[in-house]
Amino acid sequence: MAKSSIKVRAKVKKGTTTVKALISHAMETGMRKNKKTGKNFPAHFIQEVTCSHNGTNVMTADWGTAISKNPYLSFKFNGAKSGDTLKVSWVDNKGESDSAEAKIK
Amino acid sequence: MQENKKLKVNIMKKIAVIVSAICMLAAPFASFAANPAQDLKDFKGYFTDRFPDVPLQDFTNGVYSVDKASREQWESFEEFAPYEIAIDKGETLFNTAFKNGKTYASCFPNAKKGMTQNYPYFDQKRNEVITVELAINECRTSNGEKPLKYKKGPIAHLSAYLSYQSRGAKGNVKIVDTPESMQWYEQGKKHFYAKRGQLNMSCADCHYYNAGNKIRADILSPALGHTSHFPVYRNKWAGMGTLHRRYGGCNKQVRAKPFKAQSKEYRALEYFHTYMSNGLVLNGPGVRK
Amino acid sequence: MNNKRRSFIKSSAAAGAFGVAVGAGLIAPRAVLAAWPKAAFEAKEVNAAVQGAFGSSAMAESSDITLKAPEIAENGAVVPITVTSKIPNTESISLLISENPTPLTATFHLGSNTEGFVSTRVKMSKTSDVVAVVKSGDKLFSTKLTVKVTIGGCGG
Repeated sequence: MAKSSIKVRAKVKKGTTTVKALISHAMETGMRKNKKTGKNFPAHFIQEVTCSHNGTNVMTADWGTAISKNPYLSFKFNGAKSGDTLKVSWVDNKGESDSAEAKIK
Repeated sequence: MQENKKLKVNIMKKIAVIVSAICMLAAPFASFAANPAQDLKDFKGYFTDRFPDVPLQDFTNGVYSVDKASREQWESFEEFAPYEIAIDKGETLFNTAFKNGKTYASCFPNAKKGMTQNYPYFDQKRNEVITVELAINECRTSNGEKPLKYKKGPIAHLSAYLSYQSRGAKGNVKIVDTPESMQWYEQGKKHFYAKRGQLNMSCADCHYYNAGNKIRADILSPALGHTSHFPVYRNKWAGMGTLHRRYGGCNKQVRAKPFKAQSKEYRALEYFHTYMSNGLVLNGPGVRK
Repeated sequence: MNNKRRSFIKSSAAAGAFGVAVGAGLIAPRAVLAAWPKAAFEAKEVNAAVQGAFGSSAMAESSDITLKAPEIAENGAVVPITVTSKIPNTESISLLISENPTPLTATFHLGSNTEGFVSTRVKMSKTSDVVAVVKSGDKLFSTKLTVKVTIGGCGG
């Protein structure tokens, strides 16, 4: 079974959980030329990222091609406690997707 | 504080013979002192004098030890570093058995405790400098597997994993006191100080004599601490690369024909180059621009 | 103003029910949330992109938005950006890079318990303004910074 493309770290301190995620994805803009073929590498990028806590969405993001390759994302939310589950998932323009869960520390 | 001066690049109009660099190495042994321990002491002394505000151990952070603005950006990358993806891939590879049932652990029993601080090392029986990447491929071929390409991809992931296990260990390259080993050391030292390419520049021109100065908008990193964080995730490559990948890139930048990864030339350079950071704490794998 | 998406996140009851359904894989994210705003992401100018994303390009400069970005990007392919918003009821934070071929880079929609804070890494094709836009209720607020992208000496 393939490992997730998403690494998540979530830490709660004084009621606020800081989430940091690193995703392995090409985030190809569609404007980069393949020097060998002369054609552009086709656009392949994450369009939507969803983060949920205990099943409730806390953050969703719309992304374009200008998010860097191997994207990083961090945000903070309240109302979680140590041991709760955080889930991060993404869908890209080709319809591919992946997700990962982490326990909030 | 170090002033930033523009490095004047003297672009030679004449057609440089690419072989000139190689001819330099073939020249009869010049007056290089055959005393690595003294060289190391002088090397460290030069840089600590040049950058008196930088603690010795901070040199392993390269340009970020001498430039505040780029250090801030680097620290934000280190919050969740892109090389972590490579370490994970490397760990999976390391723990995957070969077709014959053996694993990398059978070649590298000390990998998990940390082994890269002892690389590269001089193999006296074979009269060869052995680097981590070379050892990885020799482990593969001796177990019936195909060798990996040396600059990026799986070799860099494996190297990243091994490098990570050695984080915190002090660089401990040994220059054995035999004529054969000293020949490798001297070849590497010569390479470092020899001018090459159409731009007629040596490693030392940028990373020794002009460390901390600017070349266009880049700040030149000090050679002290250079090798401690390899393999490296370069934002420019958007991926991991080995030390020899970087050597090739640097040679191309002065418009010199690069040597092959794991060639004798680059292994000799690595031998000298890594030894010059002995005693500094390893902090690989790293992320750089 | 496109309010469809907000209602799912803002109302905790609705978010709970849909959130559970999404979490359980019963409803694919696309069905719950608005479709990816193609027109906004393909707009070639900041105002057109904001108009496409929010239905209006009227933004009020606000000093309650803190945009952290390097003065000179070490590498234009990976520029770390952090936005902190002290505006009450920050519903979303958007990032636009004015000189990129298509300025809209991302919009982060924040849940009712989510703080006005996002951090990410973006691509900049050249020296440009980085604009952060915050939506709160029916209003849009913004702030911007110039980030320089240079040509390195070591082969870029």
